[in-house]
Amino acid sequence: MHEATIAQLAQELKSRKVSSQELTEHFLKRISHLDEDLNAFITITQNDALAQAKAADVRLASGEGTPLTGIPIAHKDIFCTKGVKTSCGSRMLDNFISPYDATVVARLKKAGAVMLGKTNMDEFAMGSSNETSFYGPAHNPWDRDKVPGGSSGGSAAAVAARMACGATGTDTGGSIRQPAAFSGVTGVKPTYGRVSRYGMVAFASSLDQAGTLTRTAEDAALMLQIMSGPDEQDSTALPNLVPDFCKALKDSWENITIGVPDNFFDKGLDSNNAQLIRDALSVFEKLGATIKEIHLENTHLSVPVYYVVAPAEASSNLSRFDGIRYGYRAEGESGDLAEFYMRTRGEGFGAEVKRRILTGTYVLSAGYYDAYYLQAQKIRQLISQDFSRAFEDVDLIAGPTAPTPAFSMGQKIDDPVQMYLNDIYTIGASLAGLPALSTPCGLVNNLPVGLQLIGPHLSEERLLKAAHYFQQETDWHALVPPGYME
Amino acid sequence: MSLNREDVEKLCLLARLEVTPEEMTDVASKLSDIVTLVNQLQTADTTGAVPMAHPLDIVQRLREDKVTESDRHERYQQNAPMVEKDLYLVPKVIE
Repeated sequence: MHEATIAQLAQELKSRKVSSQELTEHFLKRISHLDEDLNAFITITQNDALAQAKAADVRLASGEGTPLTGIPIAHKDIFCTKGVKTSCGSRMLDNFISPYDATVVARLKKAGAVMLGKTNMDEFAMGSSNETSFYGPAHNPWDRDKVPGGSSGGSAAAVAARMACGATGTDTGGSIRQPAAFSGVTGVKPTYGRVSRYGMVAFASSLDQAGTLTRTAEDAALMLQIMSGPDEQDSTALPNLVPDFCKALKDSWENITIGVPDNFFDKGLDSNNAQLIRDALSVFEKLGATIKEIHLENTHLSVPVYYVVAPAEASSNLSRFDGIRYGYRAEGESGDLAEFYMRTRGEGFGAEVKRRILTGTYVLSAGYYDAYYLQAQKIRQLISQDFSRAFEDVDLIAGPTAPTPAFSMGQKIDDPVQMYLNDIYTIGASLAGLPALSTPCGLVNNLPVGLQLIGPHLSEERLLKAAHYFQQETDWHALVPPGYME
Repeated sequence: MSLNREDVEKLCLLARLEVTPEEMTDVASKLSDIVTLVNQLQTADTTGAVPMAHPLDIVQRLREDKVTESDRHERYQQNAPMVEKDLYLVPKVIE
């Protein structure tokens, strides 16, 4: 049952060839067998899952429901889930039971999706390897000594190992696309504002966006259809109505022009990865697409811009963790209130989160604000304009998702700057708020590589359709990590 | 660009974030690396560029002035470390 996609299972559930209870029990069993080695889950919600499956079966038996009714999925542990621990991968929230559901969670629940559990992630989504999690790293199912990517590493590993049909994720600078590439799954970051951020623990509010990790573009379309759309609870959720993503996939192919930024093929890109990206582009050419070389002038500054803007927003957002209203509190007496806060936050946050808060505090502090924060905002504008100009001539932009396949556990964790540079190709779309996705496009040394596609604002239909057509022509997305087929 | 211990201590106070003496050397050295990375921004010519605070060109929307939230303090305070008579308690501090 785990080898089927959401789209296939939806048919089988609808025709009652399989029940949601059978399906849910099957996935729970897989999690209990496989997750000890992968650590993709922080919390497994077995009882809730079985209750939700039972309710889904009642709904399906009466001929009702949606394509997601009865489908077992997992949520990144950044999404608030009512009555269930929502840790964000941090000691700070290890004891936090959310009193409400995030909009994304509520919508998927209403559609009848079954929640298997909450997935592992870098602490507060700050990381590209899942190694900063308070609960220990998730492992890459393709090679357990490699990282699954991050920050949505647990969601990527869970989908890759067929422990969930699909999973939610969040992407601030590449946190859906990069783990999708490393783990060999399809990862979609919609346009900023397409999906509500309500109930999603905030990291960098002008960048954070919820999306999906699934096996196929078609499955992503099914999940995003439910997740997207205006939300009264989030004033930055776009008012635009959501088009029919699944219908868009079935539209006939139109000859599009795909821009390929020359500066994405720099010396940092592994030559084997580069070859796979070129092979992928020739698949699009065969479909009839025109490939055009473009240049994104300010791409080389996207990492430094991001590491000013995101930490600045994070230092402000994470000031809410004070040890008074919820979350971790340091034991013992403190000399004054400042010391109480400092001890609580010093003990509750891990090393990477502390670095980001301190970096953010630095770039916002008196005397540095103009040189760093304001300058970064100006260059963010230039980066965004580079994309707008490019989209006057091309319909989509294609390139690598990451410079290399998954790297080894421990390889970059002691060198933050090296870790940050890993996000060089994904950060641009985040800064500009553009929709982007990663789809599997081959293997290097038996590790998956991802092709990134970036579109103009609100072009999810075009993006998903391109990825869907690519997946009809290739089989990379259907590869199962060795040992996880059975 | 390198940050020394005093620089980091000042940031820690501003951020209300403790860094232990054992962590200090590592934190100062890694923060210095990050500051060196972001110093690349100084090389760009940003004449005339309008700072971009947000990717969307939208304004805050208004809604009708009516009560939409009910009092849920009991549920919310279940996550608090210490509560008494509906009030959040902080540990005794000597000021």
